Amino acid sequence: MNLFTIAWRSVKQRGVASLLTTLSMALGVMLVVTVLAIYGVVAESFRNNSSLGYNMIVGAKGGKLQLTLNTVYYLSQPVENIPYDFYLEFLSADERAAEYTAALAPPADAKDKGRYADYVDFAIPVCLGDYFGRFRVVGTKPEMLELVFDLESKETFEFADGRNFHHHSKEHGYFEAVAGSVVAREMGLKVGDMIAPSHGAADGDVHAQKFCLVGILKNTGTPYDRALFVNMEGFYLMDDHAKPMAEEAEMSSDQSPPGGAQTVDDVAIEDDAPVPAATEEHAPHRPLPVEQREVTALLVRTSNPLVAPGLQNTINEGSQAQAVSPVMEIFKLFEIFVSPIQSVLLAITGLVCLVSGVSILVSIYNSMNDRKHEIAVMRALGASRVTVMTIILLESTLLSLGGGVLGWFIGHGMIALASPAIEDRTGVEMGFFAMAPPINVLELLTESPIINISVSPELLLVPALVLLAILVGIWPAMSAYKTDVARSLGS
Amino acid sequence: MLLLENVSKSYVEPDGSPLHILRVPRFEVAASEQMVLVGRSGCGKSTLLHIISGITRADSGSVKVNGLDICRLSEVGRDRFRAKNLGYVFQTFNLLPAFTALENVMLGMTFARGMKDRARAVQLLERVGLAHRQQHKPAAMSVGEQQRVAVARALANRPKLLLADEPTANIDPANQDMIVELIRETCREEEVALVMVTHSKEVADQFERQDRLEEINEVAKAPAS
Ligand SMILES: Nc1ncnc2c1ncn2[C@@H]1O[C@H](COP(=O)(O)OP(=O)(O)O)[C@@H](O)[C@H]1O
Ligand SMILES: [Mg+2]
Repeated sequence: MNLFTIAWRSVKQRGVASLLTTLSMALGVMLVVTVLAIYGVVAESFRNNSSLGYNMIVGAKGGKLQLTLNTVYYLSQPVENIPYDFYLEFLSADERAAEYTAALAPPADAKDKGRYADYVDFAIPVCLGDYFGRFRVVGTKPEMLELVFDLESKETFEFADGRNFHHHSKEHGYFEAVAGSVVAREMGLKVGDMIAPSHGAADGDVHAQKFCLVGILKNTGTPYDRALFVNMEGFYLMDDHAKPMAEEAEMSSDQSPPGGAQTVDDVAIEDDAPVPAATEEHAPHRPLPVEQREVTALLVRTSNPLVAPGLQNTINEGSQAQAVSPVMEIFKLFEIFVSPIQSVLLAITGLVCLVSGVSILVSIYNSMNDRKHEIAVMRALGASRVTVMTIILLESTLLSLGGGVLGWFIGHGMIALASPAIEDRTGVEMGFFAMAPPINVLELLTESPIINISVSPELLLVPALVLLAILVGIWPAMSAYKTDVARSLGS
Repeated sequence: MLLLENVSKSYVEPDGSPLHILRVPRFEVAASEQMVLVGRSGCGKSTLLHIISGITRADSGSVKVNGLDICRLSEVGRDRFRAKNLGYVFQTFNLLPAFTALENVMLGMTFARGMKDRARAVQLLERVGLAHRQQHKPAAMSVGEQQRVAVARALANRPKLLLADEPTANIDPANQDMIVELIRETCREEEVALVMVTHSKEVADQFERQDRLEEINEVAKAPAS
């Protein structure tokens, strides 16, 4: 027998009281573990998604964060759009000229390269605003899914089934779609299904126009899993997706008269009526004229990271659009929003642990009166003051750590149970033994630590719980230390 | 083996005046000797045993066990000395309720920091007739049985001296003799000196040497002072 066994026996001897204190400590630690895990998931998914395949987002002037949330995470309220012309400024001369063939009145410089073309590798337009179930519909170009979506790990999209959508195909015309893994799973989609997005919100009017699902992406662990990608050309041809005609008329009137070969067949858009041809499977759609097009955002990769700030400034100085660095916005969001919440939650859960610590104190202290005699007997058998004090401290440590371990397992068990749902929503995998991501311990003490001692905050629980145990155990332990043996032996 | 010289002990009363309990010019016990201490209640018998065991420190004088003056030891030193050299049996509640009989016997070994000799603990329990109750906790045993476990525990570390403070006071007369006999026999077998405090004349009469504390203790001799 050793002191540890002796401590363990008296903990066991107090049965129910010990159990209750252990459970309350378990509850506290479970909460801490859960908060850390949630934080870990959030941090991890932010980090995962900050090494995007692009380094700039161009969109309508307004909230930078909202633009980022919309474009990167497919979250938040939809934002305003920017004119399609602005997108064309990122294209090379050939591409730009090709796009302007679908214009009612191409501008004079339609054959020149775009103003920003030299500075970018690519610019992928996305049109947001429609929903499919609870998922965002992303009108875009096929290039979107050819993107290296994670520069760090060089990941590209892979198809679980089917193929990428085409700009135009014989069978489906402009109406092809590709579903992210979660969308496909949750909506029970398979290749060949016809899909009708709803307008504006998850419960908005369902568009009459249907897209044919031609591909399903493999899980990427990114927000892309929660998106339904549709061909932008088809997207434009849906009701209400053309820019209102007032502006368009204005634009076209001072350029060149509408009509001729440049006019679209289904100009029904112009009087806000449903597209009559929409119900027909492969109606002879023509692309929407450039003047009537808008995009929500452009995903831009600059040809060189160094030109990004300059390009950003130039765009922001103009009146048409703003450019933001998504990584910066994500980082800011994290700093301003996520971190403080995490701190508050940790403080609250820490308090729960503290309360549990006090309950350990109460439990042990209550037992001290009855145990004066036991302690005196131990002393008479030759145990020193320090020994009996150690036994009491070991008891509080056992209760505290025992509760901690129990709480850790319950917490991680719950996380493991919730893991499939978390993975669905964020793409972050959480195994049973997945610990909260490491932090530099010294950062807790100083602003800018010189050395880096990175441990998972969950491991910090161990010293924290021992410290708490000593803190609450020291009082009864001192009373054990001070026991008057001669007097207590008599009683 | 045990020699007390000019030992005195007094407590300070709440009003600040000293309360003299003991003044013992000389008290000696030879190796393997068995003796009994009698005296009226409150005359300082328990206090004397506490001083011999080093639980209480004498105000002055010397307490030598095999020539070693324990009054000169630090408290930790006295604790260690007690663990290794003394056995103690109290009137009641000798045992720790959370532990089995066997564990209670081995508890003394734990604090002595010596070898944990399980075989000896088992053997001692057999010796006191409790071989079948090794795994029982105190609550499941009679007071007499608990006292027998206490005797086994007191002998576990092969002490030189066993102190027994009214070990039979809570035991029915029928078992009383049996316990006293057990203590005396085992002490003889183990060659342990025995100092037993008792109130019972019957018990005291079994011993060749009977000391009245009032006669040893000068404070008790003249209670008026
Ligand atoms: N810590 C103490 N403070 C004050 N008086 C004490 C203390 N311990 C014992 N006494 C007193 O010392 C006297 C002797 O006590 P004790 O040795 O227990 O007597 P006995 O065992 O012979 O009945 C008693 O009067 C008791 O009240
Ligand atoms: Mg007494």
